[in-house]
Parts: sequence; structure tokens; C-alpha cells
Amino acid sequence: MTTAAPTVVRVKQKQIAQLIAKGKRLDGRGLNDYREIKIEQGIIEKAEGSARVLLGETEVMVGVKIEIGEPFPDTPNEGVLTVNAELVPLASPTFEPGPPDENAIELARVVDRGIRESKAIDLEKLCIVPGKKVFVLFVDIYVLNHDGNLIDASALAAMAALMNTKVFNHEVENGEVKIKPGFTPLPIRRHPVAVTFAKINDKLVVDPWLEEEQIMDARLTITTDDDGNVCAVQKGGSGCFTLKQVLEAVQIAREKASEIRKKLGW
Amino acid sequence: MSEKTEKLLDRKGLRLDGRRPDELRPIKIEVGVLSNADGSAYIEQGKNKILAAVYGPKELHPKHLALPDRMVLRCRYHMAPFSVQERKSPAPSRREIELSKVIREALEPAVFVEYYPRTAVDIFIEVLQADGSTRCTSITAASLALADAGVPMRDLVAACSAGKVEDLIVLDLNDIEDKVGSADVPVAYMPNLGAITLLQMDGILTQEEFEEAVKLAIEGCKKIYAMQKEALKARYVSVKEVEE
Repeated sequence: MTTAAPTVVRVKQKQIAQLIAKGKRLDGRGLNDYREIKIEQGIIEKAEGSARVLLGETEVMVGVKIEIGEPFPDTPNEGVLTVNAELVPLASPTFEPGPPDENAIELARVVDRGIRESKAIDLEKLCIVPGKKVFVLFVDIYVLNHDGNLIDASALAAMAALMNTKVFNHEVENGEVKIKPGFTPLPIRRHPVAVTFAKINDKLVVDPWLEEEQIMDARLTITTDDDGNVCAVQKGGSGCFTLKQVLEAVQIAREKASEIRKKLGW
Repeated sequence: MSEKTEKLLDRKGLRLDGRRPDELRPIKIEVGVLSNADGSAYIEQGKNKILAAVYGPKELHPKHLALPDRMVLRCRYHMAPFSVQERKSPAPSRREIELSKVIREALEPAVFVEYYPRTAVDIFIEVLQADGSTRCTSITAASLALADAGVPMRDLVAACSAGKVEDLIVLDLNDIEDKVGSADVPVAYMPNLGAITLLQMDGILTQEEFEEAVKLAIEGCKKIYAMQKEALKARYVSVKEVEE
């Protein structure tokens, strides 16, 4: 995600590329291995849902807040899902304070697409008064430490936080919404998992860490749902892919996503 | 919207605008349409009407952003407020910021960025009317504007979308097919190098459908590529005639 590759990494570029040609990586992983994934849920009591994901040293926190608002005119019977990402300055020397830049916006939109297009949440169940009042879900991605592959870490954290989200019980009286005691879990239907590849010297590696990202030619993210259907794809970076590489990536992404789902019990 | 109930395919398998599943919309391209820009192109694809202009290579301001070993390619994709049904605020939306980035990254592999260190090349794309797959139409036009500006390139970048409507994989989605259809796969491609430079997708497709869609989109790119070359030739042939 960082645009300025520090010179230090450029010196290592050859070494990283040579290792990858032999099917090895600088941190000892195989080309298709993920770093260790750790997930904690419900860590922010004041949020309706929250999770923290560690992907190696990459750390992402997601908080879900729920408000009552108006539906979009073209989907009067559905709740609203909004995803936002903040590349918090404490996470990397290359992140600066200010409104979300193109990297933060792309990150949020790729995560959003995975959740939305897989229909992970039953948004119709979040309708209170059709056309007037619905629950609005704010999914805020907070990157706390950037060690590469923010997309996969954020997508996992967003899903983990949504699975942890509780919607307050309510009833409608004369068009007024009354909050009742107790909570209901968010209606989750699917578990989309994003798998990101970096292309380095014409080879694909899964889950690139920071140094690999800094020297990669291009990036490809493939999000699949529980049935192995493709629901979101995003190419990034200033390089290109062949058709063969893309199709190979889809196959690996399906396998990796199902492994991750199994490991997490999703 | 009311289109939800509308059928996207008729009994013969033709689409709402009468196209076959693998048929492009009518395309009209003109290169060198703006006198101030170093390079420019105008494209109509269906009801899409898009202008692209290139300024540069030029000095980069602020100077600290300049790169010592290559040019900086900058891209702004912008939609006119009147380009869509409901007026769009002229302020850049999150969608436009993301598209500016992916379009830049779709064009960058084609440009010899190392030939002009410490400089900038600006690509400005204005969508005057939007009718679906605007990112692809924009890339087709912008790559011609780059060529018209004389920026050294490995190949032209042609772009085209494929998608799924009513269980059928179709080429070059228009606005309704994009909104009501179940998947959209925009692809940018350099035909001479066999390189995919933009690939996105939203919707739900099986692995096989996704493969079919990407392959169909690449075939569309190849057809558009031929038209791009014709448009470039037309531009420079007509200049010759004026000189005579």
C-alpha cells in the first residue's frame, strides 16, 4: 500500500526475488502460506461489535456502530452498510494524519465489496419501517500496525467484528422506534474471505508482508464466499498479470479461503 | 428503481438494446480533439461520452514529490454533475478516487516511466455522460490521449467489461445491465503483450463463470484495440492531408 519503497528494501529486492524463484521466502514461509492469524472479538465494549486481527505483525481493529437512519431510495427495505478505513499514523512511518487517501479509500471499498456482493449480511432484516427507518451499520477499519497485506487482515477483522455485532431490540409504535432491553445478533449469512497475492518477478505469493509489498510489481485480491464463488476482485499496483496467473490465483484463493474458514470455525 | 422487474434478455437471447451477448456497443473514437492538451481523445461507446486529456511530461510541482528515476503519472477520473440521472456533486466521491487510482494503475504498465525522470504526466478524464462501464471506456480513451501526447508506450491499453445478466455471460455492460445484472468484470488489457492491467469484479460468479467473463472481456479488448489503432491512424493521416 505504501508508494515510496525505502531504499533498504530495494537493496534486498534481488535477494527476495531470487528466494521466491526457488519457492522460498525471506521469512521462511512457502509461496502459498499465510502468516499466523489471531482473532479476538468483543474488545471494545462501547461498540455494538468489534474485533482485532493479527496477521503476523499486521494489526487491524474493526469497530461496528449501529444507528437508526434512512434507507437509500433504491433499496427502501434494506439496512445500510458503510465501510470506512483509517490508516492511523501510529501504524506506519508512511501514514500521515488527514482525510483518507486513495489507499485508505481503496482498502475500505475492497472490503465493502466483499461483504456486500457476497450478501454476507441479511440487510433486509435491518429494515425497521420500510422506506423510512432502517439500521445503519458503520464498519470502521482501524489499521494499528502495517506489516503488509492490509486488505486480507481488514476483511477478516471486518467479518469477525460483524459476527460479534449485536443489534439492540426494538419495537415500532405509531411510527416511532422504541429501544427495548436486550440484543439480537446480526443476521450473518455468508463468510467472504479475501486472499491477496503479490506478483514478484513473475511469481505469485500469498499474503505478502511489508517488504514484499514494497518491491512487488502488482497485487491481486480475490474474495470468495463459502461456496467458492468469486464475489470481489481487485488488481492493484503498477504492474500486470497474465490470464493464466489470474486463473491460477482464483484457484489458490478458493483453497486458502476455505482453509481459513475451517481454521476459524466460520 | 423500477428496472428490477425488467427482463434483460428477450426470447431470442438478445439484450435490451438488441445486442447479441458477445457484441460491443457502437464505438466512435476521435484523437486530438483539444488544442491546449498535449494529447487528447474523445470516445463514445453506447451512450458513454468521455473526454481524456494528457498534459506532460512536464515539471512536477511541488518538487519534493518528483521521483529521481522515473516520471510520476497522475490521473483524475471525474464525472460531470449532469452525466447521470440524478445530479452528481462535482466534489470527488470515494468511487471517483478509487477509480482514479485503478485507472492510473491500468495505464502505468504501458508507459516507459523511466524515460522521463523527475517529471509528471497528468491524465484528466471527464465523463460527460455515463452509461455503464465508464472506467473501461475511460481507459480506452486515456491510453489514446497518452499516445497522442507522444508519451513512449509499450502498447495501447484497451479496456472492456463483461458481466452476468440472467445466467448469461455478456460483453460490454450498459448502465441497466450493470445495475440489475448479477456481476460486473471490468478488464484492461495490452493485446500485444498479453497483459491484464486492470481487473476488478463485483457480484457473484462461479470459478468457471469468472474465467468465461475474463476471457470474453479480453476478446472485447482486442476488438476495441483495432478501433484504437484506426482512430490513431485517422488522426495522423488527416494531418498529412492538410499539409499537402
